[in-house]
Amino acid sequence: MAAGWRVARLAGVHDETATARTLVLDVPGWPGHLAGQHVDLQLTAEDGYQAQRSYSLSAPARGDRIELTVQRVPDGEVSPYLTEVLTIGDPIEVRGPVGGWFVWRPADPAPVLLIAGGAGIVPLMAMVRTRRAEGSRTPFRLLYSLRTPADLYYAEELRRPPAGDAGADVTLLHTRSGPPGSSRIPARLNAEDVERHGWPPEFEPACYVCGPTGFVEAAADILTKLGHDPRRVRTERFGAGGG
Amino acid sequence: MTERHQDGSALDSSALDGNALAGPLAEIFRVDVTAALGRCTACGLDGPLASLLVYGRAPGPLVARCPGCEAVVLRLVRGPEEAWLDLTGTRCLRIPLGD
Repeated sequence: MAAGWRVARLAGVHDETATARTLVLDVPGWPGHLAGQHVDLQLTAEDGYQAQRSYSLSAPARGDRIELTVQRVPDGEVSPYLTEVLTIGDPIEVRGPVGGWFVWRPADPAPVLLIAGGAGIVPLMAMVRTRRAEGSRTPFRLLYSLRTPADLYYAEELRRPPAGDAGADVTLLHTRSGPPGSSRIPARLNAEDVERHGWPPEFEPACYVCGPTGFVEAAADILTKLGHDPRRVRTERFGAGGG
Repeated sequence: MTERHQDGSALDSSALDGNALAGPLAEIFRVDVTAALGRCTACGLDGPLASLLVYGRAPGPLVARCPGCEAVVLRLVRGPEEAWLDLTGTRCLRIPLGD
């Protein structure tokens, strides 16, 4: 585990939605990380006041370069700075990678079921991208619950998946309004969605659920009721990244 | 501060996820302890530290509660020179040593 703080620099940004921005950071000496791990970022004010937040990494590392996606929380202490103020070349303190629970390892042969609510897509996208980068053929299914088509993160990749994503099926489930012509009535994720678009429990998939607390609890409950072993269901509530 | 979840219901934004303990605990332990299975002293529930409900914000004091009975399982206070870790609420920890 890397316990110390390193000084990273912002190398690029990419706006995912009106309120979410991907930050590309150069972190000298980055040791590499597992899909699903996160980093802590630390800001220090001139008077010495410090604020830390955890953010999930959204992609495998490329050398010393890492990516994370930050959802701006109105009135937050850290996220408005990261998404509106931090500019290319600026320094920021990074600790990590950390977290060994909510991770996917390409050597695990079990099929994978990913369930994302809103910004909870971030660590799950790291798993999809790691699968692609490693040339893994592990069958993946991603269910991504989001408000409207305008709230879709990583839109290009998820709407038109690259060739390496064959075998990684993506289902978008809108809660407020869907795209024109969509047959599903916008609604919260329900058991029928998970049954229809997920894996049957007999396949013994590794399940990863990430999103706001209420979403995670509801999705984990659905999985258990459908017969999935709770020990195969790993959860992360993105409250950890808020603020 | 109140956050709103995507379906409009209120979310207690003061509770974080046990996954957020990984960084602060990495200052103390060489292995990742959030993947360790802990047993709550109060109710006996087994689960990874990653599943605890965490109150407070690092680098300030952190209090982690059992998701089953809400008893305090772990407290971490980090001072400038040393850290205090109170595990009174944890009966035992089973720590994976792989990787």
